[in-house]
Amino acid sequence: MSTPTLSRPIDRRDFLKLSGLAGGGLVLGFYLKSAGASSAADIVKPAAGSEFRPNAFIRIAPNGVVTLVSKQPEIGQGIKTSLPMIIAEELEVSWKDVVVVQGDLDPAYGSQSAGGSRSTPTNYNDFHKLGATARTMLIDAAAQTWGVPAAECTAAATAVHHAASNRTLSYGELVAKASTLPVPATVKLKEPKDYKLLGTRITGVDNPKIVTGQPLFGIDTRLPGMLYAVYEKCPVFGGKVVSANLDTIKALPGVKDAFIIEGTSNLTGLLPGVAIVADSTWAAYSARKQLKVTWDEGKFANDSWDTFSTKAAEMGKNAGATVIYKEGDVDAALAGAAKTIEAAYSYPFISHASIEPQNCTALFKDGAFELWAPSQNPGGGQGAVVSQFGVPKEKVTVHLTRSGGGFGRRLSNDYILEAAAIAQKVNGTPVKLTWSREDDLHHDHFRPGGFHFLKGGLDAAGKVVGWKNHFVTFATKAAGRGDDTAVTLRPVSGLDVEQFPAKFLANYRGEQSLIECNVPTGPWRAPNNNVFSFVMQSFIDELAHAAGRDPVEFRLELLSQKLGGAYDAKRMTGVVKLVAEKAGWNPKKFPRGQGQGISFHFSHSGYIAQVAEVTISQDGQLKVDRFVCACDIGAQIVNLSGAENQVQGSIVDGIGAAVFQELTIERGRMTQNNFNDYPMIRMPDAPAKIEVHFLTTNNPTTGLGEPCIPPVAPALGNAIFAACGKRVRQFPLSRADLRWT
Amino acid sequence: MSKYTLQINGQSHSVDVTPDTPLLWVLRDHLGLVGTKFGCGIGQCGACTVHLNGVPTRGCMTPVSTVGRKQVTTIEGLSTDGSHPLQKAWCELDVAQCGYCQAGQIMTAAALLKENPKPTDQDIDDAMNGNLCRCATYLRIRAGIKYAAGVTSSDNNSHITGGGATVASIQEAIK
Repeated sequence: MSTPTLSRPIDRRDFLKLSGLAGGGLVLGFYLKSAGASSAADIVKPAAGSEFRPNAFIRIAPNGVVTLVSKQPEIGQGIKTSLPMIIAEELEVSWKDVVVVQGDLDPAYGSQSAGGSRSTPTNYNDFHKLGATARTMLIDAAAQTWGVPAAECTAAATAVHHAASNRTLSYGELVAKASTLPVPATVKLKEPKDYKLLGTRITGVDNPKIVTGQPLFGIDTRLPGMLYAVYEKCPVFGGKVVSANLDTIKALPGVKDAFIIEGTSNLTGLLPGVAIVADSTWAAYSARKQLKVTWDEGKFANDSWDTFSTKAAEMGKNAGATVIYKEGDVDAALAGAAKTIEAAYSYPFISHASIEPQNCTALFKDGAFELWAPSQNPGGGQGAVVSQFGVPKEKVTVHLTRSGGGFGRRLSNDYILEAAAIAQKVNGTPVKLTWSREDDLHHDHFRPGGFHFLKGGLDAAGKVVGWKNHFVTFATKAAGRGDDTAVTLRPVSGLDVEQFPAKFLANYRGEQSLIECNVPTGPWRAPNNNVFSFVMQSFIDELAHAAGRDPVEFRLELLSQKLGGAYDAKRMTGVVKLVAEKAGWNPKKFPRGQGQGISFHFSHSGYIAQVAEVTISQDGQLKVDRFVCACDIGAQIVNLSGAENQVQGSIVDGIGAAVFQELTIERGRMTQNNFNDYPMIRMPDAPAKIEVHFLTTNNPTTGLGEPCIPPVAPALGNAIFAACGKRVRQFPLSRADLRWT
Repeated sequence: MSKYTLQINGQSHSVDVTPDTPLLWVLRDHLGLVGTKFGCGIGQCGACTVHLNGVPTRGCMTPVSTVGRKQVTTIEGLSTDGSHPLQKAWCELDVAQCGYCQAGQIMTAAALLKENPKPTDQDIDDAMNGNLCRCATYLRIRAGIKYAAGVTSSDNNSHITGGGATVASIQEAIK
């Protein structure tokens, strides 16, 4: 990797830009990953009065202000606060001295994709080293200044202290000296017992801006001379533009231009459509009301959810097309079982419905793109623009903004491609594309619906002897995700071989069948797991009740039967026991109409168990009274405030998705339009109490954006059964008849 | 196009827009007050909530021609320095996740507390029902309103068990 040589003092923005141009990134930006590259030559020589910059993420000014760069997109998961906390911990700076700035897309920062709850685990160790390295250099600088051994010096509260002589130098005072020192090859990390910040409650660094309405989000981007755009796509998935009344539209007030974009057949790429560019958002939206497009709706124009359901029910009567994983002889085991249970579970397509509609501001000038986007995956956005428009990577600059929610939707960058295509046509003037809520619901990359046909068997002692799951899922040919040349069917979701209770039962078979559709799909917060957990943990409950056994005790027995695989049954047992204890598990204590349900699920490296308590009135009104959650996400909770907020938010989100959300497909399109016919959970339906318990174990620290979602729906469904004796097997639960007498 | 003079956050602003332009877009596109957010365009999510003469109102459903001389208050004008009790409570209790809806939440809550300084849980749920939070931070929004109102709340309690410190409730932590 080449290292830029800097011969003059530069301000921050220049510095970031230079690093991008150099291709190799900021000085020492990758030093952790290129061991041995560190040497005195790698150091930025600051001019007098400039900053100490030991690596791409840390800058300390002579006045003692510590600027930390947040590399990951902030989508509400709290990463802009939590990753800098790790540096601050090791750096021994007072949090009040820290300013966090959002880094733009820059190779110096490594991967900047925020997905799969991976931001914490993939950066955790490096961020410790980043902070510790800078702290070591500052201690060395102080020791050399005083002429004492570094081992006699300690760092705390943004200063180095020498106890023997009772001398202190602030980090600000050490900037010049530290900047001349070599970067140490190895550094000593703090002992977790000495942590002052990690595990405490640190409030979000953007809170003051959020509560005063300062610009932060992608949609808040404003540039001089900026125009505003809307983009109409075919409501039928896979449809194309034949013609549009462009001349009429161009004559409307405020409209600057209107044109057709040919697009591609990549379902999650640049879709065909009609762009309207105007001098304000409202002028563009108003003109759109007059837009008349003739569409070629393509061959999927008759698809409907009803047809899919009918087809799935037929398929469910037979064996699956593919066996995903099997153990033993499940058919023989079920034939010999004392008792067998069969059940069909299903769930619809749903939307991410991130509250900030998709948007992107784009400028195409002199053959280069500059983009401002609320993306979870800005590198993917850059790559998509490179391949779509045939420009070199250096000609695509991406600025990261805060995102008004992500939930997986913003891992794909179709709205960036649309804005870029519009900007290229407009050429020379910045343009902001803002999707309507209707665009967002009609053109999401949806959480796919699915159907499960299960059969389980119990022996005379009430032990599970066999388990069969036939999963009917969807598949597309134009599978998206950058691949618009696919000709074979690709499933949009799939059973995995370690989906509990696979590898815990001697006789198990997971099968899969595919229904072709052309609906764009993508990861929705804890993809696959958010529905599989509902199916598996509900069916386990069905078996426990059929066996006449306690659902917790029944689960602990299953967890004790591990046959193999990576699933850590011990960790799961730990959280199941903890949640049962904290919830005061005792289903018998509830009167009819009230109940307790338990579930657990492993995903995104997190072991999570939950207990739900509900009240159901005799006329079938469901009220969720309480949730208790036990989480094992490893050795360290980074930010207790953010962590608790993620868990509580996940639980309420999980309730909302299970109870309310449903999209139906008719005539090849989504029939819901906005929050009036696509209800989301509101405050009155959120439980009054959600108790969160973190069980810390000697395992790597992992993420919390997703793993608490999957157990919610089955805990809820199991509590509903306990309360009123009705088993819910279909989302949305709001459709279930829960009346009891 | 028509000229309108609006009273926003105590200042006079003139804009030249079509009469049907929603106040939301006048604020965002024409005046650069982007704290008021677009979420649905049909008055369902509450992200665009502003006050008209103190009454919480959906900016996306309010044509500029209907505003007249009414005093418009946006999140930028709720206080001059972020010192409204709700703004302080939101920061201290770390209410936001993505934060996009929170301006609307705060504006609705501010109108509630003006009418009803000591709301019950039911009052809060009723008043806030029109404001969606997609991240579902409803427990902290409730706690934030109670904290700003000086009503005790002990709804939040999380703990680290086994190796980590045991940490008291948010309310204790911020003392």
